[in-house]
Amino acid sequence: MEYYKKRTLSFSNVYVTEGYTVAGPKENDGRYKGFFDFALEDDMFAQNTFERAERKMFEHAIEGAIAKANLDEREVDAVIAGDLLNQIVSASFAAKKNHAGFLGIYNACATFVESLIIGSSMLNNGLEHVVCAAGSHFSTAERQYRYPLELGVLRSPVTQWTATGVGATVLSNRAECTLPRITRATLGRVVDYGVMDTNNMGAAMAPSACDTLVTYFRDTQTQPNDYDVIYTGDLGKLGSDILMDLTDQEGYDVSEKLHDCGASLYWDEQQTYQGGSGAACSALVFNSVLLGRMRRGEYKRILLAGTGALMSPTTSFQGDSIPAITHLVEVCI
Amino acid sequence: MAMNGEITRDNYKAYVFEKMPKSSHWKNMIWAFLIGGTICAIGQGFIFLYSIWFSTQDASVLASATLVFIAAMLTGFGVYDKIGRFAGAGSTIPITGFSNAVVSPALEFRAEGYIYGVGAKMFLVAGPVIVNGVTVSVIIALLTLLFGG
Repeated sequence: MEYYKKRTLSFSNVYVTEGYTVAGPKENDGRYKGFFDFALEDDMFAQNTFERAERKMFEHAIEGAIAKANLDEREVDAVIAGDLLNQIVSASFAAKKNHAGFLGIYNACATFVESLIIGSSMLNNGLEHVVCAAGSHFSTAERQYRYPLELGVLRSPVTQWTATGVGATVLSNRAECTLPRITRATLGRVVDYGVMDTNNMGAAMAPSACDTLVTYFRDTQTQPNDYDVIYTGDLGKLGSDILMDLTDQEGYDVSEKLHDCGASLYWDEQQTYQGGSGAACSALVFNSVLLGRMRRGEYKRILLAGTGALMSPTTSFQGDSIPAITHLVEVCI
Repeated sequence: MAMNGEITRDNYKAYVFEKMPKSSHWKNMIWAFLIGGTICAIGQGFIFLYSIWFSTQDASVLASATLVFIAAMLTGFGVYDKIGRFAGAGSTIPITGFSNAVVSPALEFRAEGYIYGVGAKMFLVAGPVIVNGVTVSVIIALLTLLFGG
């Protein structure tokens, strides 16, 4: 692997004040049943289109996170959010409800970690409270990227299932020292190993996850064993296996520490094959599961690496391979 | 490690192919045969039924129309995609699959209205089948005309 320059940033006084999640019905039937702040009974969320449902999930998650952090909406300086839809309409439309400044961002399924990195940087530059949010919706993503919902097709065994959910995090620069802190981050770069199969996103993203993880370990002179757990976003089972082979080759054995938010979201009986995908995976698992475990002291130091596949249906039909990106944050308590 | 030697950008696709779980072709073919065969048997049943009142040719057309209608209903009730998930080609190739391919986008894009939604997107999946089907049939008809059938 080529290694040019340090891409790891350090932050001081960036506290993860609160996290809030809105999960879809299938997600709340999965392994993390009961972990979510709000679970939908119906993925339409009492709206007449799936796009409006996704938007309402964003509104609900952002409001929920601010309320849970005991803040007034007017105390928030910035909302940084993104989703998978064209022109990131879910996050942007939801932000109509906020008084805070809004940054709409897109790095596919790495969007959540991207928002945490931007938020942390802004807090280090004088802002007090920012909300970082990302999410996806199975039904809106499916029709944008693949087929109509009711079309009867055989799914490939390497496919994943786009998770329905939105996670929002309140980051603050003045808080009690008992809260988890975002201490370091590595910016991902775009890596393309020539994978063409849009069903096999885990394989497309694994080289970028390896690139970012290895860069982080080299930049910080740390080893996988220095962390309680390392969570990737949505590599799925196959992608995680590939990542282990790739990092092993670079001299870092992550097999004891590696978990994947997407792969851990569902039970095997839910027939998602390789597990969940989508911007919701890391946003749901970080805000509902990892944050709770850190506060209870089960984890002291973790890495969260959001993985994103950056293709669109247009580039895929035009015969281009799938570029991918992975952003990473270190969270300590 | 699944592959001997180093994984590089160049051999990555071969490495992934070796590592990935494969579709079970035998299982898929058996399911496709059973479901596809069942659909065809139901169609044949309708032909026999309609033959009581109509000529064989009319009975075949009516049987096809009935299958299209049933598949459209099943698509609307959200059942056809569940059959297709394991039947594969068995539920795609018969005329019922065509019905599913037209009705599913029509339902899905209803949210964008009757013109830009249903009207524009109805043939999203079936369109290429129609275009290529018509093109190939014209070519074959021309060849038949030129070289005699």
